[in-house]
Amino acid sequence: MSDTQTFLLDGEEIPFAPGQTVIQAALAAGHYIPHLCYHPEFKPHGSCKVCTVKVGNRTAASCTLPAQAGLEVESASDEMNDLRRTLVQMLFAEGNHFCPSCEKSGNCALQALGYDLGVMTAGFRHLFPDRPVDASHPDLLLDFNRCILCELCVRASCEVDGKCVFALSGRGIDKHLIVNAPSGRLEDTDVALTDKAVQVCPVGVILKKRVGFAQPIGARRYDASPISAQALADAPRAPAGDGRCAACEEAEEK
Amino acid sequence: MTMNLETAAHPETLRRVAIEPVSRVEGHGKVTLLLDDDDRIHQVRLHIVEFRGFEKFIQGRPYWEVPVMVQRLCGICPVSHHLAASKALDQIVGAKNLTPTAEKLRRLMHYGQILQSHALHFFHLSSPDLLFGFDSDVARRNIVGVAQAYPEVAKQGVLLRKYGQEVIRLTAGKRVHGTGSVPGGVNKNLSREERDLLLADIYQIIAWSREAVALARKLYEQSPALYDDFGRFDAHSLSLIRADGALDLYHGGLRARRKDGSTVFDHVNYDHYWEHIFEEVKPWSYMKFPYLRELGPEDGWYRVGPLTRVTQCDFIPTPFADHERRDFLAYGGGSAAGATLGTHWARMIEMLHSAEAIKELLHDDDLLGDDLVVTGERQERGVGMIEAPRGTLIHHYRVDDDDVVARCNLIVSTTHNNQAMNESIRAVARKYLDGRKLTEGLLNHIEVAIRAFDPCLSCATHALGKMPLIVELVDAEGRQVDSLSSGSL
Repeated sequence: MSDTQTFLLDGEEIPFAPGQTVIQAALAAGHYIPHLCYHPEFKPHGSCKVCTVKVGNRTAASCTLPAQAGLEVESASDEMNDLRRTLVQMLFAEGNHFCPSCEKSGNCALQALGYDLGVMTAGFRHLFPDRPVDASHPDLLLDFNRCILCELCVRASCEVDGKCVFALSGRGIDKHLIVNAPSGRLEDTDVALTDKAVQVCPVGVILKKRVGFAQPIGARRYDASPISAQALADAPRAPAGDGRCAACEEAEEK
Repeated sequence: MTMNLETAAHPETLRRVAIEPVSRVEGHGKVTLLLDDDDRIHQVRLHIVEFRGFEKFIQGRPYWEVPVMVQRLCGICPVSHHLAASKALDQIVGAKNLTPTAEKLRRLMHYGQILQSHALHFFHLSSPDLLFGFDSDVARRNIVGVAQAYPEVAKQGVLLRKYGQEVIRLTAGKRVHGTGSVPGGVNKNLSREERDLLLADIYQIIAWSREAVALARKLYEQSPALYDDFGRFDAHSLSLIRADGALDLYHGGLRARRKDGSTVFDHVNYDHYWEHIFEEVKPWSYMKFPYLRELGPEDGWYRVGPLTRVTQCDFIPTPFADHERRDFLAYGGGSAAGATLGTHWARMIEMLHSAEAIKELLHDDDLLGDDLVVTGERQERGVGMIEAPRGTLIHHYRVDDDDVVARCNLIVSTTHNNQAMNESIRAVARKYLDGRKLTEGLLNHIEVAIRAFDPCLSCATHALGKMPLIVELVDAEGRQVDSLSSGSL
C-alpha cells in the first residue's frame, strides 16, 4: 500500500500531492471540472466560480480548495452543472458576446464552455453595455465587450511580463478592465506582442491586429475536441505538488 | 387615377388594403393599396418595414471583422455580402491582385452561392405559383404541394440547393455564414479529397440545371400571353460586365443601358460608383431609391438581377448556358427578355452557368494551391462590388488609421430594384385588381410580381424576418372591414 493520499470526487478516488488544490489533482488524474479563470500556469484565483464543487453541505471553488485526505467532493452533478450554466449565462448577458462575428469564435474558452455545459438559452436579459474598443495600439486591439474579468491578463502582465499593464477597476456590475497609462489608452503602455498577457486571454479581448479570421473553420482549438478534453490535455502543465507554478517561479527569477 | 400609382391625389378619401407581410420572399415587407368606393386603385406601394442599421453598427469595429459580420444581413445569400465586403477590404489592405488560388476559390464559393440561391428561389419560393397557378388553392401553393404533385422536380430543387451549400461549406467552412474569404485572399484552399467530392456530382448537377432551364422555358411557353405581359414595364438596366463583354458574376466594370438598349455608360470602374449612382430617400419606405445620375432622379431608376444580366451581357462564357441565353433572347422576337416573369427563365440560365463554371474550376489545380493571401500598401477607402443572386451589390468602407471602420455604405440588389418592383406591382394592380373585389388569389398576383425579383427585404433594409401574409381591408375611417392571413388560409 503506497502512502499516496486521496480524496473522493464524484465517488472516485483521486490521488493528490501535498499543496495541490482539488482542481489540480482532479485534472492531473484525468477528471475534468469545468473552469474559466483557472489556468495551470498561474496561481489559483477563485474569481469566476465556474469550478465550484460541493463538499458536504458547502460549496467552494475547487481551484482554491486545498486537496485533503478524506474529502468527499461532488462536481458532475445536475445541481453543480446547473449552477455553472447560470454563471456562464450571466457572463454572456453582462458583456457583448457576439460569437457570429467574433474572430475568437472556435478558440474562445467562454464559448467552448457554453457548448460543453449545454447552455442553450440566454437565461437573462442582455445588458448590452456600451464599450468602445481601444484600437490605439499599432499591433494590438482591446475589445472590452468580451471581457469576463478572469484577470489572467492582469496576473500574466504582473507576474510573468513584469509590466502590470492591465488591472480591474470599479466594483460590482461596474467592474471593468483598464490599462495602466495616464491616457487610459493601450498605445501609451509598454505592452508588447510577445507578452504573456497578450497570449493568455481566453476570450476575444486582447487581439493581435490584422489576424482576424486567418484560421479556417475546422482548424480552431475547439473544433477538434471540446474544452473538457482540451483541459485534460493541458493538465500535464499543472504545477508540481508543492503548489507553486512554473510561470510564477520564472517571473520571480526575473 | 394617376398612371404611375405612386401617390394618390386625395388619400384621405380612399380605403386602404395592406398585404402584410409579403410571403415567400426573404425579409419583411408589405404592400398597401388605396382604393375608392368603386374598387378603383389610386395608389400602390411596396414598403420595406424593417430597419436593421448594419451601416451604423459596423462603425467602430475592426475592419478584418467586417466580411464575417456583414454576411449576417442574410441567411439566403450571405456569401454575396461576405465576398463584396472582402473585395472592398482587399482595397483597404492594398491587395491589388489576389493570388490565382484565392481568386478561384472565391469564385467557386460565389458560384456555389448562386446555384443554391437560384435553386431555392425557383423551386422553393416561386414554383408553387408557376406550377399550380397564381390563384390556385392556397393550401397546396407551397413547396410541400410541389413535392406531392411533382416529386422529381422538388427532389432536384432540394438536391441542387444542397450541392451549392456543399460548395460553400468546403470553401467557407460552413454551409451558412462561414469565414473563408478574408481581406487580401482566403483562409483555406481545397484539398484533393474535397475537390473530388464535388467533382463526383457536378455532372448530375449540370444535367439537372439544364432540366431546370427547360422547365422554366416550358412554363413560359404554356402561357405566353400571361408571361409576356404580367407585371411588365420598361426599365433602364445596370450590371457588372467582364472586359470582353461576357457575363461575370464575380467581377467587372459597370454597364448601364437605357430602356431602348442604348448605352448610358460601359466598363466603368466601380471604385467611384457614386459618380454614377445616387440614392434618393422617400418618406414612406426604409428602403432608398437609387438612380443613375446621368438620367436624373425622376427617370434614372433601373433594374438589376438575372433578367438584366442575361440580356445585357454579350455572351455567357460557358457553352450550355450561352446556348440557352441565345434561345431566351430569340424567344417570341425578344418578348421574354423584357418580361418580369422572364426573370425566372433567366435565373435558371444563370444557375446552369454557375454549375458549368463550378465544373471548370474543379478541373483547375490552382484551387489546391497554398498561396492564399496578399497585402500591399494600406488604403483608407475600399469599394467592393459583386453580382449577387438578386443583382448588383455594393459595399463601401472607410477605415481610419487605427484599423477601425469609420464609415460604411451598402447598396444591395433589392434596393437597386426598389422602383422597378414598385413599377411591376403597379402594372399588376392596374391590370388584374383595378375595379374588382379583392381576393387572396388576386392579391397573390401582387406577390407573384414581387417574387419574380427574388427580393431580399432583409438585405434591403439590412433587416431580418419571416414571411407570413396578412391582408387587411380598412375603410376610409381606418376601421378594419376584412382580414385575410396566409397562415389561416
